[in-house]
Amino acid sequence: MKINVTVNGTPYERDVEPRTLLAYFLREQLGLTGTHVGCDSSSCGVCVVVLDGKQAVKSCTMFAVMADGHEITTVEGMAKGGKLHPLQQAFWDTHGLQCGYCTPGMMLTASVLLEHNPNPSEHEIREAIAGNLCRCTGYNNIVKAVQQAAAEMSAQPEPVAS
Amino acid sequence: MAIAPEVPKERHALGLPMKRKEDPRLIQGRGRFVDDIVLPNMLYMALVHSPYPHARIVKIDKTAALAVPGVKAVLTAEDLAGAGLAWIPTFHGYDKQMVLAVGKVLYQYQEVAGVIATSREAAHDAAELVDVEYEPLDPVVDPFISKTDKTILRDDRENKTNHIYHWEVGHRAETDAALASSEVHIKERVVFQRCHPAPLEPCGVIADMNPATGRLTMYLTSQAPHAHRTVVSLVTGIPEDKIHIISPDLGGGFGNKVPVYPGYVVATVASVVLGVPVKWIETRTENLTTTGFARDYHMDVEIGATKAGKITALKVATVADHGAFDAAADPTKYPAGLFGIVTGSYDFPTAFTELDAYFTNKAPGGVAYRCSFRVTEASFAIERGMELLARELKMDPADLRMLNFVKKEQFPYPSPLGFIYDSGDYHLTLQKALDTVEYKALRQEQAEKRARGELMGIGISTFTEAVGAGPSKHFDIMGIKMFDSAEIRIHPTGSGIVRAGTKSQGQGHETTWAQIVAEELGLDPQNLLVEEGDTDTAPYGLGTYASRSTPVAGAALAMAARRVREKAHKIAAHVLEVADADIEWKDYKFQVKGVPEKSITMKEIAFAAYTNPVPGSEAGLEAVYYYDPPNLTFPHGAYIAVVDVDKETGETHVRRFLAVDDCGTVINPMIVEGQIHGGLTEGFAIAFMQEIIYDESGNNLNTNFTDYLVPTALETPSWETGSTCTPSPHHPIGAKGVGESPNVGSPAAFVNAVMDALSPLGITHIDMPLSRSKVWTAIQAAKK
Repeated sequence: MKINVTVNGTPYERDVEPRTLLAYFLREQLGLTGTHVGCDSSSCGVCVVVLDGKQAVKSCTMFAVMADGHEITTVEGMAKGGKLHPLQQAFWDTHGLQCGYCTPGMMLTASVLLEHNPNPSEHEIREAIAGNLCRCTGYNNIVKAVQQAAAEMSAQPEPVAS
Repeated sequence: MAIAPEVPKERHALGLPMKRKEDPRLIQGRGRFVDDIVLPNMLYMALVHSPYPHARIVKIDKTAALAVPGVKAVLTAEDLAGAGLAWIPTFHGYDKQMVLAVGKVLYQYQEVAGVIATSREAAHDAAELVDVEYEPLDPVVDPFISKTDKTILRDDRENKTNHIYHWEVGHRAETDAALASSEVHIKERVVFQRCHPAPLEPCGVIADMNPATGRLTMYLTSQAPHAHRTVVSLVTGIPEDKIHIISPDLGGGFGNKVPVYPGYVVATVASVVLGVPVKWIETRTENLTTTGFARDYHMDVEIGATKAGKITALKVATVADHGAFDAAADPTKYPAGLFGIVTGSYDFPTAFTELDAYFTNKAPGGVAYRCSFRVTEASFAIERGMELLARELKMDPADLRMLNFVKKEQFPYPSPLGFIYDSGDYHLTLQKALDTVEYKALRQEQAEKRARGELMGIGISTFTEAVGAGPSKHFDIMGIKMFDSAEIRIHPTGSGIVRAGTKSQGQGHETTWAQIVAEELGLDPQNLLVEEGDTDTAPYGLGTYASRSTPVAGAALAMAARRVREKAHKIAAHVLEVADADIEWKDYKFQVKGVPEKSITMKEIAFAAYTNPVPGSEAGLEAVYYYDPPNLTFPHGAYIAVVDVDKETGETHVRRFLAVDDCGTVINPMIVEGQIHGGLTEGFAIAFMQEIIYDESGNNLNTNFTDYLVPTALETPSWETGSTCTPSPHHPIGAKGVGESPNVGSPAAFVNAVMDALSPLGITHIDMPLSRSKVWTAIQAAKK
């Protein structure tokens, strides 16, 4: 089936098998291997990508054809203009990652949280990332990273409408 | 060569919370994990698994599978037999294991066939169509039933028994006598349940046999690439120079990525047969059901003591369930790993421990899940035992520990089970933990709550670990001694490359190894590139597990750096035009003694090494060091958990957890703290939710993450940490290793806390995991 999908701002037109999962489409057809696969059952969240800038979705439980006409953001699309996204910077600064396998999904989920709730409490952060498992960090530093990014992002001046 | 720890007052790189060098790629989706790698003409493999735990294979029909478009081959044990690979030896060499089922299957999900196709999907589709006819046999899932030998599981073995081995250490008669004459005595069966390391990245391989060169390249999820190269060579007969193992970024390991698994072997045979690369990435179900389980020890713990609480003897008798093959990844001479650490931090006058291992119809494994070879089981046994003893004596568990700790002046301390503990200060560490949590106030709060009928518990665990395997006189895996090596090459402009035989899975070696070398040489750690995981370039080493990287490879790095410094010393003397004896290494540069303004930095020396070499000696600035540790290292810690238990629902809430760790010299406190957070979370998971359960018919009930639980951010407590530091006296920088301490020490703290909470109900022990339903059931039973 033919699909039109915009990934990290770039439009793609591709033929996909109807059963191709979005995770494998991104990884194998677009070469965006920052999206990982970890559990095959939608439990672990290492495959999370952002749909239309507002929804964190597990790309291992979404068919590529379901992304037709939508915009997807993956970890590769987080840094802009040679500058890390505040979440990327914060994960680095606070030792919010160890093996790094859950990190892309974790950051993307957090980005959606901050989109909806720019100043989340610790409990709200923990609740938001409860669908993203991490085996290495014990979450303490991930929570810190999201808090740092939230502070950083709310300190930034609002973009001026043009 | 005698080694004394060198710990300068003002540090250049060591001990600083340097941000990690590996992170920029990982936060930008530019890590490179095995499944990210795609090679030209690569095929994909899927495995066929047995639905039965114990069955004869009557017939395997490949016809339908081979008819699926894109399928290139279906391999079974018969095909592997041609290459002599139907069976492979297990890691410590006592047993062998089937690669694909030979005649019968011995556990549910055992690998029966491999299907190779042009796509992942085609391979999985065809795997469904491999028609295997089974004749089911009665399964044996309980090691205590296995013990009776009514059904012999392994008819391939000469000895027709399910008993694999007996192991013992210590003083049986003396211990029995001391226990018999003890004023106070406790005995409890403590089970450390079967669990699984479950790293988020499953295991996998791309096997690429190049028919033109005869060289096999394996991109492998490997915690021990060199060991794997040697094993692959020994097993396949391919010369070792024709094997290239690349372990790229690893998405966690925790022991799961130490063994050699059937999928790796079948993919390799497939690549040899088909002449193209073959990729196999296990599914989560394959991960949880076939590769790398841990623990499964049933331990009878007995402690004797005087009425005043002075311990007199310890005896631990264990039944170990090894599953269908004895694939435990332990050093050859240590079938039960370092279980002899079971006397823990306590000065037992005498002790004895024995273990009997049995086959059952369960998956093989017995890996060290974030654990130095069975140290976790041993620590759990002794820490639960001490808690039970405190209860029996009606003594505060902290006081009991303080009374019986090995004292700091007793180090080096010869334990009754044969270890020489290198260093420690157990009293100091526990005192620090007690002070930090305000222990007395907590006990007061507990008394008040108890008076109101509320259940609150405080659990202590004061463990000692034995890590850093190991001294070559004792430790080997399949004959390969467990030393490690490091190579340092300093470039003319003062940057360099550092290589080691270890393999980080998240521990941050690219940062910490650079810090060790930078500290020794006064160079910038940012400009020391660390490389691991490629057997063509890295020097030989036994890999990363059992908290051995810092104790062994970390020492090799420091010693290699000192070798570089020795050479640099001569170059410095040459450049400064003084005698060798007239200069010294001070403040991270060479200075003319007494003339600090006449000095030369390592960066300047590096340039001179290539532009102005010492006449009559070799140019360049590099070194290799193979480090054979004189002893293990013995990190310790004092952990305190505070829990509330809901009497009505059985729900437990860990409201506070403090870990005070002593891992000797710290290389990077940020990374050490991160390791502790992660290990505590794994310990928390084991204590409260993780178990690989088989029903009585041998069905694995935990085949994915909805049934085998990994704690989320919501349940996971917020961790508090603290530290003490007694440097290892025999390690060049005094470091001891830390990655596993929190997983070794914490399960007992959690369980002790919950049992303490339940003590008003008379409940003394519940086996892990302490799920809500188990706790509720125990409370209900106690009420009757």
